[in-house]
Amino acid sequence: MISAPKPDLVTVNIDGREIAVPKGTNVIEAAKLLGVEIPHYCYHPKLTVAGNCRMCLIEMGLPAVDPATKAPIMDPATGKQRVNWMPRPQIGCGTNASPGLHIRTNSPLVKDCREGVTEMLLINHPLDCPICDQAGECMLQEHSTAYGRGYSRFVEQKNVKPKKTELGPRVTLDDERCILCSRCIRFSKEIAKDDVLGFIDRGSYSTLTCYPGRKLENNYSLNTVDICPVGALTSTDFRFKMRVWFLKETPGIDPESSVGANTTVSSREGVLYRITPRRNDEVNDTWMTDSGRALYKSVKAGNRLLTPTINGAATGADMALKAVRDLFTAGSVAVVGSGRSSVEEQFLTRKLADALKVSVSLVSRVGEGDQLLLSADRNPNVRGALVTGLISALPARKLTALAADIDAGKVKTVLTVGEDLTAAGLSAAQLAKVSVIYLGTHSNATSEAAKVVFPTLTVFEKSGTFVNQQFRIQKFAKAVPGPADVSDDLITLAELVAAAGGGIIPFELGALWAAIAAEVKPLATVTYANLPATGLLLDATPWAALPFIEGETLHYQPAGPAGATA
Amino acid sequence: MPYVVERKPLTLSERLYFPQILAGMRVTLRHLFAKNVTMEYPEQRPAIPAGYRGVPTLVMDPNGREKCVSCQLCEFVCPPKAIRITPGEIPADQPDHAHVEKGPKTFDIDMLRCIYCGLCQEVCPEEAIFLQNQYSMTGYTRAEMVNDKAKLYELGGTLPDAHFKWDKKKTAAEHGNAH
Repeated sequence: MISAPKPDLVTVNIDGREIAVPKGTNVIEAAKLLGVEIPHYCYHPKLTVAGNCRMCLIEMGLPAVDPATKAPIMDPATGKQRVNWMPRPQIGCGTNASPGLHIRTNSPLVKDCREGVTEMLLINHPLDCPICDQAGECMLQEHSTAYGRGYSRFVEQKNVKPKKTELGPRVTLDDERCILCSRCIRFSKEIAKDDVLGFIDRGSYSTLTCYPGRKLENNYSLNTVDICPVGALTSTDFRFKMRVWFLKETPGIDPESSVGANTTVSSREGVLYRITPRRNDEVNDTWMTDSGRALYKSVKAGNRLLTPTINGAATGADMALKAVRDLFTAGSVAVVGSGRSSVEEQFLTRKLADALKVSVSLVSRVGEGDQLLLSADRNPNVRGALVTGLISALPARKLTALAADIDAGKVKTVLTVGEDLTAAGLSAAQLAKVSVIYLGTHSNATSEAAKVVFPTLTVFEKSGTFVNQQFRIQKFAKAVPGPADVSDDLITLAELVAAAGGGIIPFELGALWAAIAAEVKPLATVTYANLPATGLLLDATPWAALPFIEGETLHYQPAGPAGATA
Repeated sequence: MPYVVERKPLTLSERLYFPQILAGMRVTLRHLFAKNVTMEYPEQRPAIPAGYRGVPTLVMDPNGREKCVSCQLCEFVCPPKAIRITPGEIPADQPDHAHVEKGPKTFDIDMLRCIYCGLCQEVCPEEAIFLQNQYSMTGYTRAEMVNDKAKLYELGGTLPDAHFKWDKKKTAAEHGNAH
């Protein structure tokens, strides 16, 4: 792992260009700052240095000093301090920046070394790129093209190893392709803290394997697939599904928990194929959970709500809206918002509650945090509800107040934005007493009991923002179009606000953000367009006293005692 | 600007009329006995020169096995996006497909879109797709003009293959530096 930037900068010279970097910076990272690529396989910025692939060999020199007097030896020809070049190449990943360090990354010796290493790695590589899922994002493919010799001198028979070993429920190993970089082993040990992988046997018989009787089945196992520089570790789910060069990549946010891991959502022609982590050093580094990667399957689930319904019968959005307007006119409406809605939707939910002159209740979801990228608070955007003013206190797990109001006959209509009221503690008898207006993606007990249902979009089918546990507002973009009869959630909510007499509110993101910025103080300077890709940290002090249900995660320390309960 | 066509006065032979008729008859008579330049299509078919780019087809290796591994490079390179492939996995327990692992589940070429450019043949790393001699594709509906996998293999047949890649893989698995 790279050490945190220290103030003491040192000047290093890379290919004749000088750059000041913090002392101890890895030479690969220092070269990257200059736009110089030092090819590497085993080195990963978030893992320890193993130095076993030898691809990052460089020439290294240090300023010459007189051994006796320690005085710099000057070169009379240039008038500068002489550089003593080492006769043998060094590995870049194992070399740290020191004062006056000189590096050559493109000398004939270095080029020769790279050709040699590439040839060595390709000796036993099966070269089955046409069927390999890694093709197109394979470092071996890229570096062989850029730094390899271009032809093969190998006439002997290649090694034969197992092509399809299941290391766990989600990871398949193709042993022939493995170049023994040990990234997956280091990840399992250092990040996932589940040390199940290792090499056995020697020389060309070396094989990656699991500890006997164990499986690679922790919730972070698919990260080994991401960091595998070749196609040795493949995702069983994505195996042979689609070539990566067809995939359109859209930035997303993992909606599983309040960590808000940054993701890349890959789709082709409106079909989702996989979700991979997107690097954000402040939130999730380069990792994400396996459970978050499987979420795309909900988009094509059989119980998806596809059309507005009244009393279970399919209808048009205008008819459903008319029915809602009648219910609103009758009065006694309660609104249940959601910590899963985006900031924009929560703002519109607030406008709706304001127009109906009621307060909003939210439902909290609590799971067990794993101290990495899954927090105890399983709602991605409770902080967003606080920031937009939808709620002022933390939500409870059950809607007891609403249940009491229903029993007392104070509430005739319940509008719920994506929350299953049955799961939130309302009985079927209580639901039968009121008219339920349900906005949601999938059918459940509440949608079955609802009088009016508006279908909504999943997180992959809309754009928006979430505020994560650090009060970092992060945006996600629409990856695939929603089903034909489902209008955008913002349109549905804006129409509901209009039906409740709250006036016309823009539902287009740009104009809506102008309205949000005008009304919500913490977001006064924010627009959807100007949010950086890594998110923007909001001032959390107004809510510092709230007892958030959070434990420690990768880049988050709870302010109060860890694991405080609600 | 009007363009004035100059009318040349007729020569003597033209004015006499008959020499012109006879000259015309001479051309007609010459073609009556000359070799035909047309043929009775479709009963007669022209000889197709080597390297002709006809309808793209899928071919099998001499062992009757599918060569395509659905790498989808042809789908990627196809300029009019005529090719559409759904990749699939070949179960490892099929004895004649040892080490192949992957093959196309469906393979469609829309001949209404195809421009016969031959890039698919050029890009194919497995030498599985060839533009062969067939040049005439007709149909009554749009659906008929989409060649599916079965049709493509029917059109393609078997071509000689010098590589026998899968045989080599199998031999390597049996006799190579096995673990």
